[in-house]
Amino acid sequence: MADSPATSLQHAAYDSKVEGNVIFTRVDSAINWMRKNSLWPMPMGLACCAIELMATGASRFDISRFGAEVMRFSPRQSDVMIVAGTVTYKMALAVKRIWDQMPEPKWCIAMGACASSGGMYRSYAVLQGIDNLIPVDVYVSGCPPRPEALIDGLMKLQKKIEGEASTVAQLKTGAPEPETVEA
Amino acid sequence: MSSAADIAKSLQDEFGAAILSTVEFRGEHTAIVDREKARDILAHCHGKLGFDYLIDLSSVDHYGEDPRWELVYELYSLANGENVHLRIKYTLPEDEKAPTVSDLWPTANWHEREVYDMMGIEFDGHPDLRRILMWEGYPFFPLRKDFPLAGRPSEMPDVAFTNRAPLAGGPFVTAPTSGSTVKREPRSREMD
Ligand code: SF4
Repeated sequence: MADSPATSLQHAAYDSKVEGNVIFTRVDSAINWMRKNSLWPMPMGLACCAIELMATGASRFDISRFGAEVMRFSPRQSDVMIVAGTVTYKMALAVKRIWDQMPEPKWCIAMGACASSGGMYRSYAVLQGIDNLIPVDVYVSGCPPRPEALIDGLMKLQKKIEGEASTVAQLKTGAPEPETVEA
Repeated sequence: MSSAADIAKSLQDEFGAAILSTVEFRGEHTAIVDREKARDILAHCHGKLGFDYLIDLSSVDHYGEDPRWELVYELYSLANGENVHLRIKYTLPEDEKAPTVSDLWPTANWHEREVYDMMGIEFDGHPDLRRILMWEGYPFFPLRKDFPLAGRPSEMPDVAFTNRAPLAGGPFVTAPTSGSTVKREPRSREMD
């Protein structure tokens, strides 16, 4: 049966309605494609930035357009920790502990000046950036960042995931070890 | 009893020399009292004078002076419906404890814990004098004037740690002048 022009123009994603469509791809790409489009966030809302995080999740900005609407309040089910707010020293080890409870693969977005660097709190009580404790993939600037900025950060993270070596590639002999970050 | 002025006067009649002085500023009255009698005076305010609301309890660090601490109690009366606000102050040497008032005003419980947490002033008779903002085991009292804004390193394994914050030369301050923004808002001002 000859393809109609409309069908042949459809992009090469798997479509169960169009039988016989076969996609050739690399396992890495397939895994990464699935990972990057269902990033379940662990909302680590610690201060004012969390309000913008909530706005990002709400209908006006709608983070679900990027597959990240499933805010999980259990670290066991989440993929990306969004640290939104001021990390005090009193809270710091709790954040670290929740991070440790998240299963691999996992990513971290530092949202706002405070989570990235301590922000305006050059003080005895505030950890000067969550990257002192956990590895951060994307820093979002702003105090607070607008929801668009967080979404931009999320898209940057998706770009980053696209290029990652997935599990299979790492099993191949001679493949470089994933970079480890000292706490 | 009606106005704060009358009340300040009545305190003087009742306690005499224990009321070291009274100050009036824009209708607000402050009584500076003797620390030996402070607890009695506060109890009198609570019981006889009807100050049923402790707005705030705070402390001042007069670093380098003796006595070093000053405690400030802001009292208000909800019962008599008039805008009567009385402030009681007394000083305290560094090695002495302050009397608790948490049995008079239950709200003082947490206020006193905060004063203890931030300044290290202890309260005699407090039912549960633990830290309230910092964690148990944090070794410093951060609101003391001899504690640097940047903090000091500390370590409590599995609980919390602290480090010095980078201040890039000093605390960021504004200096009121008519000069340019660069003059008005220096990134840091040299500390003497
Ligand atoms: S970066 Fe600004 S808005 Fe965000 S938590 Fe810090 S102070 Fe609040």
